[in-house]
Formats: sequence, C-alpha cells, structure tokens
Amino acid sequence: MPAEEGSDVVESYKRPKRRLRTIGAYVALTASAIVVLFPIYVTVVNSLLKPDQLVEQPPPLFPTHPQWHNYVAAWTTAHMSKYMATSAIMTVVIVAGQLVTSILAAYAFAFLRFPFKRTLFVVCLTTLMIPLEVTFITNLDTVTSLHWFNTYEGLAVPFLATGFGIFLLRQAFLQIPRDLQEAAQLDGYGHLRFMTRVAVPLARPSLAALAVFSFLGAWNQYLWPLVSTGGTTPLNTVQIGLKQILTGTEVSSIPVSLAGAVIAFVPLVILLLVFQKQLVRSLTAGAVK
Amino acid sequence: MSSVGDAAAAPGMAALAAEELGAPGASGSDAGASGPSHGLRRRLRKEAGLAYLLLVPVLVLFGVFSFYPFLRNFKLMLYKTPPFPGLPAHYVGVKQIWPTLTSTQFTQSLVTTIVFVVLVVPLSLILGLVLAVIAHRKLKGMTVYRMIFSSTVVSSVAVASVIFGTLLNPVVGLLPWLGINPTPPALESTTWALPSVALITIWQFLGLSFIIMSAGLQSVPDELMEAARIDGAGAWTRFWRMTVPLLSPTIFFAVVVSTIYAFQAFGAVDILIGPSNAVRLHTNVLIYNIVNTLQVENNPGVAAIMATVLFLILLGLTLLQMRFLERRVSYAR
Repeated sequence: MPAEEGSDVVESYKRPKRRLRTIGAYVALTASAIVVLFPIYVTVVNSLLKPDQLVEQPPPLFPTHPQWHNYVAAWTTAHMSKYMATSAIMTVVIVAGQLVTSILAAYAFAFLRFPFKRTLFVVCLTTLMIPLEVTFITNLDTVTSLHWFNTYEGLAVPFLATGFGIFLLRQAFLQIPRDLQEAAQLDGYGHLRFMTRVAVPLARPSLAALAVFSFLGAWNQYLWPLVSTGGTTPLNTVQIGLKQILTGTEVSSIPVSLAGAVIAFVPLVILLLVFQKQLVRSLTAGAVK
Repeated sequence: MSSVGDAAAAPGMAALAAEELGAPGASGSDAGASGPSHGLRRRLRKEAGLAYLLLVPVLVLFGVFSFYPFLRNFKLMLYKTPPFPGLPAHYVGVKQIWPTLTSTQFTQSLVTTIVFVVLVVPLSLILGLVLAVIAHRKLKGMTVYRMIFSSTVVSSVAVASVIFGTLLNPVVGLLPWLGINPTPPALESTTWALPSVALITIWQFLGLSFIIMSAGLQSVPDELMEAARIDGAGAWTRFWRMTVPLLSPTIFFAVVVSTIYAFQAFGAVDILIGPSNAVRLHTNVLIYNIVNTLQVENNPGVAAIMATVLFLILLGLTLLQMRFLERRVSYAR
C-alpha cells in the first residue's frame, strides 16, 4: 500500500487497474456510509417536518421549511431539559466517582505490598462477572431501605466502583518505571504525593479511556434508571424520558419525539468526535494486546 | 496476571526497606541483605494500612451493591411470595426452582432470547468485519469513514428505538411509499416483531463490531498481506486464507462480547413492544421476563431463579473467553 498520496497518483497512471480499485473502494465506502447513516439522517429530517408532512408520499428527503420549534417543544413541553439535567448530573457523579475509587484501589494494587493482595484483586475482578440483571433485584430493596428510591443517590451510588476501571488503571500504573518511583522516594515523596504528582499524570491516557467508557455506560444506562425511579417521575434520565415521550405518541407528535432523540444523541456525538481514540482504546481493552 | 505485578513491585520494596534501614555505618546493600528488622516491619505495617484504607471505598461499594445482592439472590430463590400483596414471603426451599425452570413462561423466554442472539450476533459481526476490511486502506478521507462506521457505538438503546420505531411505522415515511405495508405492522406481528427488534440491535452493535474488527486488522502485519498479494493471491483468497485465520482471536472475542450483550437485551423490547401489545409473548426476552416477574407479578423468588440462569449463561461465556485469552497470552510469551 502506498505511504503517500503523491506516489499513489503516480502509480495510478502507471497502473489503471490500481486506480480502478481505488475508485471501487470509494464507491463501497460511500455506499456503506450512506446505509449506516441513513436512519440518523431520516430522523434528523423527520424531526424538522410538520406533522402532516410525515405521511406525504414520496417522503420528503430534505426539510424545506425546517420546523425548529419541534426542538423547542421537545426541550420544554416534552421535558427534555429536565431529563438532560438528570442524566448530566448522574453521569458526572458516576464518572468522577469511578475515576476516584479506581485510582485509589489501583494504586494500592500496583504500588503497595500488603497481605491478601492477590485475593483482593481477584475479588475486584470477580464483580465483572456479576451482571446487573442479578443484583438489581436486591439493590432495589437496598436503595429503598436507604430512602434512596427515586433520588440521585439511588441512581448513582451503586455504580461508583468498577472492576474494569481498577484493572485498567492498575495496568497503567504498573507501566510506570520503577526508577521513577525510587527517585521520587529519594526526593522525599510520600505515597499521596507520588500518586497525585507522578502516577496519576502519567496514567492520563488510561484515565481518559476509563472516563469516556464510563460516560458512555452511564449516559446510556437503561434498566437501572427505569426500575430505580419507577420510570414515571420527573427524575427520569434521557433514556427513560425518551420512552415516556414515545409511548405517549400519536402521529402528530412524532417529530417532537424524534427531536428529543436527536437532543439525547448530541452529547454522545460530541463524545465520539472528540474522544474517538480513547473510546476505541477502552472498547478494545482485552481484544488486542 | 497478578503475580507479574507483585514481582514487579518487589524491587521498589527492597529500595524502601534499604532506605528505612539506612542506619549510620551500614551501606544500602548490606541493609537489604539482612533480615527484616523492627523498622522494616513497622514500615510494611504502615504500607498495608494505607493499602487497606485505599481499598475501603471499592470494597464497601462492591460488598453492598455486588456481592450482597449476588448472595441474597440465592436466598430469594428459596422463598415464595403469595399472590396477594402485603403477605410476607415464606420459605419453600428448592421446591419452586424446578417448576420455574420447566414453566412455559420461562422456556419460551429462553428460546426467544436464543433466537434473538442468533439473529443479532452473526449478522452484526459479519457486517462489522466487512466494514473493517473495506476501511482498512490508506486512502484520503478514511478518518471520516471510520468515524461514520464507529458512530452507532454511542447510540443508546432508547435513541435507536425511537429512530427505528419511526422507520418501521406503517403510516409514516418510507415503508408505505415503498409499498411495504404489512398488516399487522412489523412491531405487532408475531413473525416480524422479534426480527425488527434484532434489526435495531444489529444497527446498534455495528459500531462496536467495526471497532473491534478494525483493531484486529491493524494488528495483522501489512508486509504479510503484501507478500501474499505479490505471490499472486487474489483479494478473495487473501480474505479467506489470511485475514480470517489471522483475525480469529479477534473474531472470537467479538463473538463472546456481543453474545453477552445480546443476552442482556431489554430496552428495545421495553420501549417498542408495550405491555399491552399482543406479540409480547413472542418478544419476551429473559431480562424483560425477569423485570416483569419482579415488578408486575411481584414475585422476587421466581425472578431470582431466572436471573441465576442468566448469570450462569454469562459466566460460561466469560470463562470461555478468559480461558481462551489466557492460552493466547501463554503463546505470546
């Protein structure tokens, strides 16, 4: 494969077959991209239509008179603003909590020597095998008896620790050269200072991957926010809010519910655009390497 | 895994001990060689104390929200809740386990889930692999294409359900125009409701599948493929004889991960197939069944039994994956 565009052009004159292949690749890529994006495109278009345009035939493939007030309606009368706020608060608390608890635990596993270290590490990893679908039955009772049913505490606290995060950060900490640790000790750094000034800054790529991963998981959670809030209260996350909007839908309010879906999708598109590298890194942890 | 880490931590510990023992007259190496002194022991005790302190938050959280509910689940299996609200659950032992496992409600739901997994996993992985292969070239603008192919990984089940709920709407948009106008509509048809939900899930999984397959492809050395090409192997041969075998660990990982996800599908059914919908029995995937049993039928004992079955299935898949990964690691070293 050519390393540079220039050589590709030169070679393509020499070898028309190669040029044909390049064109073929672009055709395949573009066709696939259209298929993948088509549902999103139709959704954005439909969210900007008047209700009676939805049943027009052929269906409009471009909003000639974009109805921006559909978005205003989704934001206000359909309560998307409230849902977004709930999701944002819950997500920030979960991401911050997971980062802090994982840093502390991973530091202990990577840098300290203590009895039962291996056992406790295995215990932390074991939690990865216990699915939410088993624990939520009892966690509902626990949260209720703590008077956390339908509260932010109930939404976030059960998810403040993560075995995946501990594993990921421990790996990162173990890659920090021992010389550095010894040098820091000679400079009189205690563990707290070494953690905050050396270990955490050096583990930034893994921290970013963990943050993006837990953001995605928390924002898109469905089962727990549904059962732990009862699913019909103002304290709904965007995911449950979308269900509320959709299940109360007649044809006339379809554009509004689609506008709601677009609003709920925007933070994640930003996440993808800005942090694609970190996202890929966390999703493939364990797959390659 | 863990032993490697412990071994790596040891030199640091020796330095720590040496520093602690740096009494006047004794050189660092001498101090390290001598047995554990009072100072070293104190130092180690302090270090262990700090370690446990750092572990308190995760151990408390895991204890309360993972291990306690996990263990209590086994206890719940032994208790029966009377069908009238307000009455306390009473102990029935293992008596309700077998009837639950053989009930049509459960077996139907298990079969539905398996059909769903079979619909979702192969298709999403094949499509992801195809996208990864066509995107595995150095061409201008490839970053944009890769971004597009990964994009559905961030879509939530609710967003995907709203999008496809409208696409599959019998009155709105494309379907009526294309003349595809089934009665009953796809989401209310006993035949098409489950495939429709599977279609949504496939679209949602496509991004993850593409990302995993691409990462795998990048670890295949380019020189190898180039050598095969120069030797005259066509694209088709190269794909089947080289790409697929070299990618088999990645494909295996993707199969396990997406099977685990597919077994946990719930949101799309909950959103698109309402409780009153006539096809609910045909889309009654395990999680939906568990939630329904717990919240509508108010029967935690039976819900716990079904949750345990799900746990065992997921455990089996995870162990399969771990065994496989371990073997691969031992090859690599």
